[in-house]
Amino acid sequence: MLPPMLRLVVWRVAVGAMTLLALSTLIFGATQALPGDAAVQILGTHATAEQIVALRTTLGLDRPVIVQYAAWLTGILHGDFGNSLTGGQSVATLIAPHLFASAMLLLFSFTTAVPLALLLGIWSAVKRDQLFDHVCSGALLVFASLPEFVIGIGLVVVFATTLLRLFPPVSLLSPEDPIGEQLRYLVLPVATLVVASTPYVARMMRASMIEVLDSDYIAMARLNGIDERTIVFNYAIRNAIPASIQVIALTLIYLAGGIVVVEAVFNYPGIGVAFIDAVRYRDLPTVQCLSLMIGAVYVLTNLLADIAVILCTPRLRTQW
Amino acid sequence: MVTARDSPVTEKPRPALVRLLREAVRLRRCKIGLVFSLLALAVALIGPFAAPYSPTAFVAAPFAMPSAQVPLGADYLGRDVLSRFLCGGLSLLLIAVPATVLGVGLGTVLGISTAMFKGIFAEASLRMLDVLLAFPQVVLSLLFITLLGPRPWLLIGVVALAHFPQSTRVLKGAAAEVVERDFVKAAQIIGMPSHRIVFQELLPNVGGQLLVELGLRFTYSIGIIAALSFLGFGRQPPHPDWGLMVSENKVALLFQPWGTVLPVIAVAVLTVGVNLVADAIGRVTARIQVRTPAP
Repeated sequence: MLPPMLRLVVWRVAVGAMTLLALSTLIFGATQALPGDAAVQILGTHATAEQIVALRTTLGLDRPVIVQYAAWLTGILHGDFGNSLTGGQSVATLIAPHLFASAMLLLFSFTTAVPLALLLGIWSAVKRDQLFDHVCSGALLVFASLPEFVIGIGLVVVFATTLLRLFPPVSLLSPEDPIGEQLRYLVLPVATLVVASTPYVARMMRASMIEVLDSDYIAMARLNGIDERTIVFNYAIRNAIPASIQVIALTLIYLAGGIVVVEAVFNYPGIGVAFIDAVRYRDLPTVQCLSLMIGAVYVLTNLLADIAVILCTPRLRTQW
Repeated sequence: MVTARDSPVTEKPRPALVRLLREAVRLRRCKIGLVFSLLALAVALIGPFAAPYSPTAFVAAPFAMPSAQVPLGADYLGRDVLSRFLCGGLSLLLIAVPATVLGVGLGTVLGISTAMFKGIFAEASLRMLDVLLAFPQVVLSLLFITLLGPRPWLLIGVVALAHFPQSTRVLKGAAAEVVERDFVKAAQIIGMPSHRIVFQELLPNVGGQLLVELGLRFTYSIGIIAALSFLGFGRQPPHPDWGLMVSENKVALLFQPWGTVLPVIAVAVLTVGVNLVADAIGRVTARIQVRTPAP
């Protein structure tokens, strides 16, 4: 028998793999529901029946669905996402530069949003029902209600155009620009993502921290006369670690979805803009590839977060 | 029959919806939220009748400055910004309201039935929904728009589908707690048919959570639909639409900001307002649950 902790981890990985498989089936199945197939789309409505049949054979669309799915899936596992319907080049070459740009955006937003959310959440839980908590939770509630593009345009109005002109309103990235200039382009998109994602996770962190602070052992520690600082830093925060792991995972998941709209607001050349362009031209292989990648971020992030929580729950080292 | 005199007895375990709402309205954030949402709703609903021009008529030079003739200037094609703003909220509501009701409705049905009838089927359907959760709502909507093209009815469907898994989770959680309570057990023991248990015992007791979910999902609907319009996949030009207006006039933010700023403010006021109301209802629901703890 495996030790319980390892068994849980193996089980969790299996569930993650199953979810990824289901995800790919869903994306591929949705494509099959499309009226007319890729051949019709490439050739347009004026093509003759023979041309369509010929192209269908070349593209392999005349094979049974299950064979097509298997071929598509093996391709993906080898890093081959097919060819773009609009440009003809492979989807992988098409999105590679976008991927890098989005990774930069995610990196900066993530490293700003996570500490901010954790700090705000923990601090307002510690100062519960005091002025800081009231002001903070009110502001977070307001920001949590705002759609990303509203925040984005708001920041552009305030910091880039109408009121102040500190930062560029659109991201005209070019590799020749000095690195400082490129970073300036990142400020507003990153700020938008941070403002949009922080409230949501900070509120979750506050709730988990309050749950910990309300538990019996904290009450016991207080009754024993241990000072509040020791209670918060030595006892409470340690038990809020699993919650903060979830918070970190949620931030990443939220950001992976948020970049689509935020990149569009700033014309930031990442995968969000690539995705929107692909949707506009109904470039299915690219849409499939990008939605699978964004979905995979969710599955993998959740998987890693769950494993991390399992690993830092000492209880699971001894019991099932 | 319940009369006023019985109220100390009848008031005991069940948080009546009316009582809940009355208590919620007393909170300050609820009052502010109501003012905000009613203001935005009024603009969206009454606006089309108050517009000085047709929203598609060319009345001035493109991006004309505000003047006596066009009080807030003209948009990128020379149409009256004020008229387009007043007419642009209705289409948002016409998609957001049915999408929210449909998505949360389906979620309620599946959530309550999986809480009531546990088993392989319930477990399997919840697992399948988890797969849908993997897609951010905008990505899921865009995936279906790629397949079927941007159409209003499709927008209702995709936004509802985007809400469905999350609403199911929330309602399942809320209902599962109620199912464990004694009065549901008692109803089951006396042989009350399941559909009556659902309507008489379960639904009234998850009313608070349901309202919060509706409010929350409505703000998300507004956000997604306005974002999709902004991206060009919602109502198509020349239709007046808040999301579309933002992307149409964004280039002129430097010298004619009204066409962009007005719809952004309207969407913000609407989502913040509804969310404040939902948050107030959520707080009162939680408070009532603390007062009548589960056994």
